[in-house]
Amino acid sequence: MPLMRVEAGRASAADDNFATVADDAALPDAGGAIVSLVRFTKDREALLARNVPIGVRLKAEESPELLGADLDRLSVIVIEFPKFRDGRGFSWARMLRTRLGFRGEMRAAGDYLYDQIAYLVRTGFDAFETGLTADDFNRALHEMTNVYQPSADGKKTIRDLRSLKP
Amino acid sequence: MYRYDEFDAKFVAERVAQFRGQVERRLSGALTEDQFKPLRLMNGLYLQLHAYMLRIAVPYGTLSSRQLRKLAHIARVYDKGFGHFTTRQNLQFNWIKLVDVPDLLSELASVEMHCIQTSGNCIRNVTADQFAGATPEEIEDPRPLCEIIRQWSSLHPEFVFLARKFKIAVGATEHDRAALQYHDMAVQIVRNDEGHVGYKVMAGGGMGRTPYIAHTMTEFVEREDILAYLEAVLRVYNQDSRRDNIHKQRIKILVNAIGVEEMRRRVAREFDEIKRMGTLQLPLEELARITAYFTAPKFETLSDEMPEGGAGFADWMKTNVHAHRAPGYAIATISLKSIGQIPGDASAEQMDALADLMDHYSIDEIRVSHEQNLVLPHVKKRDLPAIFARLKDLDLATPNAGLITDIIACPGLDYCDLANARSIPIAQALSKKFADLSRQHDIGELKIKISGCINACGHHHAGHIGILGVDKKGVEFYQLQLGGSGAEDAAIGDIMGPGFGEHEITGAVERVVDHYLKVREPGERFLDTYRRIGMEPFKNVVYQEQLYAAHAG
Amino acid sequence: MAKAQEPQMITANRLRDGEVLYWKAGDWVLALSEGEVFTDPKTADIALAQAMNYVTENKVVNPYLFDVKVAGGDIKPAKEREIIRAKGPTVRGEGKQALGAFDVSL
Repeated sequence: MPLMRVEAGRASAADDNFATVADDAALPDAGGAIVSLVRFTKDREALLARNVPIGVRLKAEESPELLGADLDRLSVIVIEFPKFRDGRGFSWARMLRTRLGFRGEMRAAGDYLYDQIAYLVRTGFDAFETGLTADDFNRALHEMTNVYQPSADGKKTIRDLRSLKP
Repeated sequence: MYRYDEFDAKFVAERVAQFRGQVERRLSGALTEDQFKPLRLMNGLYLQLHAYMLRIAVPYGTLSSRQLRKLAHIARVYDKGFGHFTTRQNLQFNWIKLVDVPDLLSELASVEMHCIQTSGNCIRNVTADQFAGATPEEIEDPRPLCEIIRQWSSLHPEFVFLARKFKIAVGATEHDRAALQYHDMAVQIVRNDEGHVGYKVMAGGGMGRTPYIAHTMTEFVEREDILAYLEAVLRVYNQDSRRDNIHKQRIKILVNAIGVEEMRRRVAREFDEIKRMGTLQLPLEELARITAYFTAPKFETLSDEMPEGGAGFADWMKTNVHAHRAPGYAIATISLKSIGQIPGDASAEQMDALADLMDHYSIDEIRVSHEQNLVLPHVKKRDLPAIFARLKDLDLATPNAGLITDIIACPGLDYCDLANARSIPIAQALSKKFADLSRQHDIGELKIKISGCINACGHHHAGHIGILGVDKKGVEFYQLQLGGSGAEDAAIGDIMGPGFGEHEITGAVERVVDHYLKVREPGERFLDTYRRIGMEPFKNVVYQEQLYAAHAG
Repeated sequence: MAKAQEPQMITANRLRDGEVLYWKAGDWVLALSEGEVFTDPKTADIALAQAMNYVTENKVVNPYLFDVKVAGGDIKPAKEREIIRAKGPTVRGEGKQALGAFDVSL
């Protein structure tokens, strides 16, 4: 699946340096691998022993807290949106960035809409499995200039901007 | 009232442009209906039986005359000349075309109005007492906090795809006119033992299929911590709510499933973390800055004597005029429940005339109550007779606020795609049946609330007499509930038993009322009598007499 | 799915303005009385499939079959909801009762 990265409010297409591995498939000989939480829990020792980047793909009902201390060993976390209506992923992303201090790549995957991109970036996602173009992403990110409330992206709020005015 | 600065104006303008793009993508097919639906709902747009319905946000029920005029204009140009005030203090138009909505939203933006988050699975309009800022009862005006919550919740990236809708209300008086305990979350402005003002937060109330009364989450939270606390509740809800069954996804279900103690624990944990981060602290200067927008108008020193009025004025005074905190002033309720009319509806002409009236008497604001009436909050007592006379010309002076003909009804099957039965004709029939004013006064306070389906937009669970429309094998049928209340003594009505047909329900209600009149003790309202004697006596009377009527007829 | 033996019609809402529409011979009309009545379930299903094309073309939303009763040339929906959709709200006259010129363009 093509990947989009968003950095400092700008989107650009990127290579996916990770192989997403099905639960019953063998791990690749080399290169980064992303596995489900179930698989990670089962093959944890083996996965952590490999000297390559690992990622975990979380389902909507799986809280990032379940990763515990292993979070520090992960390079990428993928959060699935089974249906765009299911907004749990926004809270998981925010939790990862703020409370859990995750600094790796955070990917949105599954059934999310163009119209959710701005919210996804605000809550901390910086990579996207997508069929959309970079132009699409950049347009989505610029539809609303200002925000009223703080979130994981640390963007200045309207209240901050108001206090800057003389 | 709150006035937009350049940031608020830009926000709404960009939102309109965004929706214009979404409508174009829908018309071109780039968005399917399934994808477009949550997007249009978050801009208040429903597809109903006959047309699109647009729900316009009236933040904490407050409108200026300029805004009221714009709503009249929209009613004329984009709709069929009337609007409907709702049980959440908003305004609905029933005959909107999708293709017109972007332009309509632009027009609304020009008077600082919008439809953002008036529907959809997100935080909805924050509601408050329609007497806010005018009543002597309040600790302080609840609306500054409503405005702060409104801004914080607008397109909150974490909470725009909640499991279900989320309704918030704020109260500042002991007597609750905003049905706080039926909300997903409510804030009660309180004073602690040291006389220090802060907030009590409740959560888990709701109407619908399974009604619940809210539980206290915290007895007291400091002013500067309130947003952190509200965010904690929302976060726990967003993370932990079910997503597998649409009927089990309100916060009331979560609180009931895990228990109040566990809910409090989860919220407290989240609250502590948010406070530690410090990003959601509400500085007292900010609260003061917003509060300044709601400074009451300068009240003149006036005689507190109540003037004499023309015919009908005394009756109107009895029910529709309430005490104001400033001597010489009063709060006037404009009934949108004239006998036999559609509850909560107002024509474009009435809206324009009210705007004129406001300007003429220098009344800056008009309020929408969740009981579907309008309120003029700051009226000089000496102006009351003239205002009453004008309202009479407009058919807006029905002296029935709080009486049995002051009925709440949802649009029902006449308009709504979700409905099982019509509610408006039942309201009209009951209104006509009980029209006699002396009989109404004899009956006293009796709140009838009618919903056309289980979604309970007519708040029937909170009715002293509640009526629920159901579909019984393709025929409209009505269930009766007694003893509900949306006030500080909140209670969910009890279902009486088997329902009634369209032509039987008004008779059943009349038998309930007559029995109350027969057995009440001095000073008892209907609700008090019901609480004293329970359902059985009413049930016996209603069904026995129905049986008798059926045999005799 | 069409039910056996009960007369049925197809209805939908026009996308651009939400107007109630009735299927008639490959196209849509505004008035129920002019719509096509199906007495054969197979024909009804074929028509519904055709009606779905208008969804993909972004002209209408949610076409579906509903039951009607036919008596002496008059068509009447079986359910209250469809009667109200066909005639307009019962509490005012501003719906289909007030229709002037028919604009059927999609």
